[in-house]
Amino acid sequence: MTRSFDLNRRSALLAASGLGLSVTFLGRQAFAASEGDMAKRKLVVFICRGAMDGLSVSPPIGDANYASLRGEIAIPGFGQPNGALKLDETFGLHPRLETVHALALKGQARIAPAIATPDRARSHFEAQDVLETGVPEVDNTGSGWLNRAMEALSATRRVDAMSVGAQAPLILRGRLQAASWSPGGYKDRDARLPTILTDLYAGDPLLSPALASGLETEAMAQIATAAPAADPMMASATMAEPMAMQPTADTAMQTAGVQAAPGAPAAPGGAQSLQGYAAQVGQQAIDAARKIGVTLAKFMTEPNGPQIAAVSLDGFDTHANQGAADGQLANRLRGLDAVLDGLSSGLGPEWNNTVVVVATEFGRTARINGTKGTDHGTASTALVLGGGLKPGGLIGDWPTLQQAKLFEDRDTAPTMDMRALFKGVLAEQLGVDRRALDTTVFPNSADVAPAAGIVA
Amino acid sequence: MSIDPDLKASIAATRFGLGARPSEIAAARPDPVAYLKAQIRPEGADQPQGQFETSAENFAGLRQLQMDKRQAKLDGDANADPVKQAQKMIRQGAGGEFIARAALASETEAGFRERWALFWFNHFTVGQKNLQTVILTGPFEREAIRPHVFGRFEDLLVASSSHPAMLIYLDQIQSIGPDSQYANLGHMGFPGLKGLGGLNENLAREILELHTLGVGSGYSQADVTEFARALTGWSIVGFKERVGQSGEPGQFTFRQGAHEPGVRHILGKAYAQGGIDQAHAVLTDLATHPATAHHVAVKLARHFVADDPPPALVARLEKSFNATGGQLDKVAETLIDSAEAWSPEERKFKTPYEFLISSYRAAGVPAGPEIAPVLNGLGQKPFSAPSPKGWSEDAADWASPDGIVKRMGWTEAFSARVVAADAQPMQIAQNTLGARLTPATATAIRRAESRTEAFSILLMSPEFQRR
Repeated sequence: MTRSFDLNRRSALLAASGLGLSVTFLGRQAFAASEGDMAKRKLVVFICRGAMDGLSVSPPIGDANYASLRGEIAIPGFGQPNGALKLDETFGLHPRLETVHALALKGQARIAPAIATPDRARSHFEAQDVLETGVPEVDNTGSGWLNRAMEALSATRRVDAMSVGAQAPLILRGRLQAASWSPGGYKDRDARLPTILTDLYAGDPLLSPALASGLETEAMAQIATAAPAADPMMASATMAEPMAMQPTADTAMQTAGVQAAPGAPAAPGGAQSLQGYAAQVGQQAIDAARKIGVTLAKFMTEPNGPQIAAVSLDGFDTHANQGAADGQLANRLRGLDAVLDGLSSGLGPEWNNTVVVVATEFGRTARINGTKGTDHGTASTALVLGGGLKPGGLIGDWPTLQQAKLFEDRDTAPTMDMRALFKGVLAEQLGVDRRALDTTVFPNSADVAPAAGIVA
Repeated sequence: MSIDPDLKASIAATRFGLGARPSEIAAARPDPVAYLKAQIRPEGADQPQGQFETSAENFAGLRQLQMDKRQAKLDGDANADPVKQAQKMIRQGAGGEFIARAALASETEAGFRERWALFWFNHFTVGQKNLQTVILTGPFEREAIRPHVFGRFEDLLVASSSHPAMLIYLDQIQSIGPDSQYANLGHMGFPGLKGLGGLNENLAREILELHTLGVGSGYSQADVTEFARALTGWSIVGFKERVGQSGEPGQFTFRQGAHEPGVRHILGKAYAQGGIDQAHAVLTDLATHPATAHHVAVKLARHFVADDPPPALVARLEKSFNATGGQLDKVAETLIDSAEAWSPEERKFKTPYEFLISSYRAAGVPAGPEIAPVLNGLGQKPFSAPSPKGWSEDAADWASPDGIVKRMGWTEAFSARVVAADAQPMQIAQNTLGARLTPATATAIRRAESRTEAFSILLMSPEFQRR
């Protein structure tokens, strides 16, 4: 072999893949001069796949029914060990969302605690499609609302697209070619193959724009990821990817003196060390997640960098052993928080021009289920963050968790349409006009008014 | 519609199969249809070669590890690092298992049979999400999927739904009827059962949504919940259960004590109170439900022909499924007999696994351990589909700019490794693509400045990236 192939030697994305991370960019600021300040505005959309539990992200500690509905997976109250980080008398944030909380204290983070897409099927895959296409009924439009928002803006600004990660997410698929990038890309700039393939792909509607975009992005990446350190651990990792080994220490089902579950890691004496191991590899993944945020920030602050990005995290489907302040869901939230930390700090002064929205396809049942987890629900929490946010309280109303208020006697009831939030952010942050929002970006949504008063 | 026989031979190897090995198109040329049908066999798909253990044996390994750890702690043996042992076990077990499977795919002469098996594994996805599923995903494919892929769909469904890997992956093992014996004892404060009792809907929902009827086919939340109640008791034998009483640890078992008593109403039909038979009866009905036939037909047509599949093909597959009660060998024959499946256009973009496997086949070399990190980098981590829906196969998902650039980088390194000093690139291209080789690609290969560059052009050509 003339050259070793180090597809995954650069650590960040690969280590972060344990957190299910991928990042997508869209747009750039080519018309910055003519568009003035608006062209500096940035939008990052996080999609947390698997149905993120809003009642853990922003636990309604002050809601009289919260603790009893949630039992042992309730987040402890304000001031208790590992307790919720207080936002107001009712709401806190999950104790692992420290970055979000610090931003909230500065008026730079808000919650929408009972938000949902128009989809009610409780199917991850259908609901993610609705979340990303912006179309209430499942259809095969094949394009995402972020891509169509850029189309709407293209009359005033040139738009390009870029994604970090191996797969292109639906939210920015569409007529505009989305670029994409992940660490460890093509480095041999003098090679002939790119030129040969560029010719060979001419006229191929799928491959030609993808290759052109990929090569361009790779050139930009040389700057954005200057001097990435090789990570020998990741280079040698093959199957036993560390995050796959998260112990499920509590999976044992106690039945009539029988330990039925296959919970080897739960064994007395063993649990401790495997827990420690998880914490250790967890830190590696957390560092990688933060690095993803920093790298994303570098891309976005380059002169021709993207204006819009989408970040995708998965693993939020916590049917069993969800955990509370620590555990399965907490690890995912640590990852989310770390990306947000890297992004917000990496953007520096540009953070003031940035809005971040964190959304999920639906929420989870209000009650704990029989396996210390939660099943598919309806409304969940969306987070809105940014240096230029208009300070304020809740976005949307809180329906409470009273028995009579639960949706179909099981879920947090939705009080706000997800499209209202997205439309509001697109209007106030990027200046997408109402007509486009109602018709092309979110088709047939004239009756869904954009949320107002989010961006200062 | 009659298709040029040379083209038909190349379609048999590249679209129905996993990509042509050097002599494959020639072998298919006399009768491509018969060539494919000969790969259908009642005993199912091939098994990866190697000394692989059963689910139960893997569980026993886990148990041993647990005991070793305890002993090491008692002995104060600082060198017996349980983490290292676990890693070693997983590398040698799960990792080796995936590599053996890739080797099988890269070398088999029955490419269609292997693709058919891979389709069904992805349909009944189990992925590595914790230590248990890491060690069980390979056995799941060997035990629940491969033996049944040309049998009745019902058998495949039951094998999947009762396999320990699926029961763990979709959180079924701990689902307990709220009014079951265990739950009631728990309410009375019975030691070991306190606080127990509750459904977990996950398996029930995904069987309905992903494995059988399909989303939007008319089932309700109430159907999901009722099915989850019927499934209570489907579990696995624990470590501490007395050996021989209910089976080996890690094997499927039905726990009457966890089963929710009562009649269940699902999709308008009442299922009499019963033990394991209750959910089994539901599965039997789901397996032959017309919505299941439609769902499976759409997925098959999508997999073999186009992301947006021809309705006529869907209808034909659906009819075959319904007429035979879900006899999958017959459905496979129907697919092979359908003109739409032989359309000359290449409309499927290869997933990373398909691209790599077909590259190994073109080179005539077996896939080895090096394939795992490459798949990681291309976004298709071994045995780790991102959700129970399995891997996407949409072109829009995989033909990303980053994906193309990564494939190009890998191709150069792979070519440098595998292309022989006396290789004949044009001959390889013809062996690999047959009548699908376009003049433009042939010209580019002819103009290449080295054998390795020529091979890279072949693998990155638009027609090789698709099937």
